[in-house]
Amino acid sequence: MADLKVVGQPLPKADAAAKVIGAAVYADDIVLPRMLHSKLLRSPHPHARILSVDASAARRIPGVKGVLTGQDLPIRFGILPVSQDERALESEKVRYVGDPVAAVAAVDEETAAAAAEAIRVEYEVLEPVLSIEDALRQPGDERIHASRSLPANLHRLQSYEFGDLAAGWARAAHVREDLFFFQGNTHLPMEQHSAVGQWVDGRLTVWSSTQVVHYVHRALSKVLELPMNKIRVIGAAHGGGFGGKTDPFAHEIVVAKLAMVTGRPVKCTLTREEVFYAHRGRHPVLMWVKTGVDEEGRITAMHFRSALDGGAYGSYGAASVFYTGTLQTVTYDIPAYKFEGCRVFTNKPPCGPKRGHGTPQPRFALELHLEKLAEEIGMDAVELKRRNFMQPFTRAVNWLRVTSCGLEECAEKVLAASGYRTRERRPGRGQGFAISAYMSGAGTAIYWNGMPHSEVQLKLDRTGVTAYCGAMDIGQGSDAVIAQIVAEELGIQAADVRLVTADTDSTPIDLGSYSSRVTFMAGNAALEAARKMRALLDAAVDARAGVPFLEACELAETKWGALSTAGSYTPPRIGGPFKGSGVGPSPAYSYSAAVVDVDADARTGIVRVNKVWIAHDIGRAINPLLVIGQIEGSVYMALGEALMEEQTFRRQLGLHKWPSMLEYKSPTFVDTPEIESFLVETVDPEGPYGAKEAGQGPLLPVIPALNLAVHDALGVWIDETPVTPEKVLKALKDGRVGPKMFPAVPWPEPIIVEPPARDDMRVGAELEAAFPSA
Amino acid sequence: MAGLLNELDRPVDRRVLVLRVNGEDHQLLLPVHKTLLEVLREDLGLTGTKHGCELGECGTCTVLVAGEPQLSCLVLPVQLGGREVTTVEGLTAGSELTPLQRAFADLGAAQCGYCTPGMLLSATALLRSNPKPNATEIREALAGNLCRCTGYSKIVEAVELAASGRG
Repeated sequence: MADLKVVGQPLPKADAAAKVIGAAVYADDIVLPRMLHSKLLRSPHPHARILSVDASAARRIPGVKGVLTGQDLPIRFGILPVSQDERALESEKVRYVGDPVAAVAAVDEETAAAAAEAIRVEYEVLEPVLSIEDALRQPGDERIHASRSLPANLHRLQSYEFGDLAAGWARAAHVREDLFFFQGNTHLPMEQHSAVGQWVDGRLTVWSSTQVVHYVHRALSKVLELPMNKIRVIGAAHGGGFGGKTDPFAHEIVVAKLAMVTGRPVKCTLTREEVFYAHRGRHPVLMWVKTGVDEEGRITAMHFRSALDGGAYGSYGAASVFYTGTLQTVTYDIPAYKFEGCRVFTNKPPCGPKRGHGTPQPRFALELHLEKLAEEIGMDAVELKRRNFMQPFTRAVNWLRVTSCGLEECAEKVLAASGYRTRERRPGRGQGFAISAYMSGAGTAIYWNGMPHSEVQLKLDRTGVTAYCGAMDIGQGSDAVIAQIVAEELGIQAADVRLVTADTDSTPIDLGSYSSRVTFMAGNAALEAARKMRALLDAAVDARAGVPFLEACELAETKWGALSTAGSYTPPRIGGPFKGSGVGPSPAYSYSAAVVDVDADARTGIVRVNKVWIAHDIGRAINPLLVIGQIEGSVYMALGEALMEEQTFRRQLGLHKWPSMLEYKSPTFVDTPEIESFLVETVDPEGPYGAKEAGQGPLLPVIPALNLAVHDALGVWIDETPVTPEKVLKALKDGRVGPKMFPAVPWPEPIIVEPPARDDMRVGAELEAAFPSA
Repeated sequence: MAGLLNELDRPVDRRVLVLRVNGEDHQLLLPVHKTLLEVLREDLGLTGTKHGCELGECGTCTVLVAGEPQLSCLVLPVQLGGREVTTVEGLTAGSELTPLQRAFADLGAAQCGYCTPGMLLSATALLRSNPKPNATEIREALAGNLCRCTGYSKIVEAVELAASGRG
């Protein structure tokens, strides 16, 4: 692949020019004739029964054209088949401050807001459940979701054992246990969620700021009881997601229903405060980890426990629990591993997937834990970590298959560039080093289906080529990646590829822009479609070289009419022979390593980040400009989580403490340091041209590296996020800030899983044939 | 809660204003409480100006008023007194991108692009008052504009590139 011409070029995003002149049309920019505006009425209570809803006063207000209450939208939905626990508008009970109960459409936003407030809702207030500990106890009034089979407010409960734990503990020369807490935080996209619904002649169209048009399509079909072919979902230009726009939302369903009721287009744009309630952000997670190492510092066994504070609904939570336990084994080589994880319901906005979904928390815990272990046994922490690095082409104890792995090279790059080994040692100045791995797309779809995870269609005629792809460019530049792949194969420029993306009427299935899956999966689909089209074009010009592209297109259309080809990608079966093995497998893992350099002021507690060095094993950079953009954005977002961002609530009241951008602190230009990025290209055997993911992995090592840098500077341990000045000062007084106990959880008997052979690289039917017949 | 309802009952004070935006005069009949942000987007169809909070916290809705960066969500058109407003749509003369816009596009300073119009206007004002800013001056001048995608580095580089005249 030495002669790649378009792949590998640092080209601008496909829509870059439109975005710098203000021409890109985001969902809230859409204006349709006779369009109405909608507002949701949300619960003021964290936990309450709804006794009655009286919308008569709202209906009488001039300009009000439609009112919905829970009775109008009774069908439950949810992103995962196992968690169909949400309603667009609740009619029986509310579960967090901000839970929607009614909606209004009116001629303007002001009238809609006044009418929503004119709706009278009578509540019977129930005792709220606001912490992991409270959720594990029998509730005072009633459970948040009464129909669940697990006790108290437990949502999910998992327990697994991989490999011979007893032998691992017996072999250990040193064993250490630690407790950590990762605080919840939110995505804070600059764009507030927005959707527009239109109902014409029995057909519904919804434009939305979603990351996944397919999932919105499915939820609308279910809740509105409309067949899929009567609904079209279009992704508008996207103002930032980071995982926060991957669930279907109440406002998307409400604009559709209101459009059907009123016969007019309806828009709903959330206020910034409402965005904090829509949430689906980082789970707060309490973690306990115990690791044994032999005399050489090699891990012999690990036991990891996590308790996730899920908020009021399931969202992606059933998967999030697994993600807190599953990727430990693809970063470090762990011969025996036990994982116990639980998720609880609380009366707070639902948590879900944020960049790194469920893995930043255990990554934080593990990197600090191993550093502590190294200190305890008097070993260099970097050396201890390196001795346990996962190696390429290895099958982990929990059956996850690692192919390309540039961990060693990533570590060496940042250690050398930062001068970590020879860093200046003085109080107040420190560096921290950490590593990570992340998936290039989930190996299993979130709902059972046999369809490809991605398909790309190409249409070619005398006017050139158009690529149809269901993935949503959420700013990361996935459209440019698709165009570059098609252009590479057809021998044209990326700018000559027209794109139609994220429109359920015109684009084939794609599971959307999350899980770091688009380059790998839609990229492979585009590659297949483009290679087929190239063969047709070559035939059209009788394999003559040098025929100009548009001329070749005309020859092809003359010969056969307009052409279309399709390509698809379905990841092979990778997971092991056990229930729950579907979460964690990925066709390839990216790897990252980072060093963070800080000044930590013992007098004020203020931590200032001087510089971050980060190396990322991208497999191959299809567009290095966009890859670096993802890395720098990840580092920035990680520093926000590490230093200041937290979504927290007032005790008893369940009120969000700071649902505004002023009070929810996020890093500005002056808080964000210089970031030096290194790309490591391991050329993965299954990625398109060898490419892997870039959007999430680089966030992961930065958070623990920041805490380790503070430890390096001041000698204290801050075993939770974020590292605020207050915590630094407290740690200087007490030596450590962090959780003191892990609550009692009724862990079930573990599922015992026989580990695979370390060199077993089989996938798909070949792998399944080797499974023991249970 | 009753507050909003009472607002609806009360006669709204409306004024006829001439608003000069991007070199064009617009005669408008506006409720006095309507913000410049709302007027630009809803009455003039200039949706290039975005909003992230409508409370003056994020910088997304930045426009220039008589050349100075202002948060359009906190400005009432009745306060303008004839001063000219420049939005992202008014940065170019014709179809050529300005060096700043070109640099933002080429260097990846716009990812989701939602904060980009506000960034461009803050940066335009900076380059007018300080044509050769260093990185620290750029960071300080733009510190009121939040971005969640880029980590800010590419934006600083884009402003530097535009200032260098090489862009």
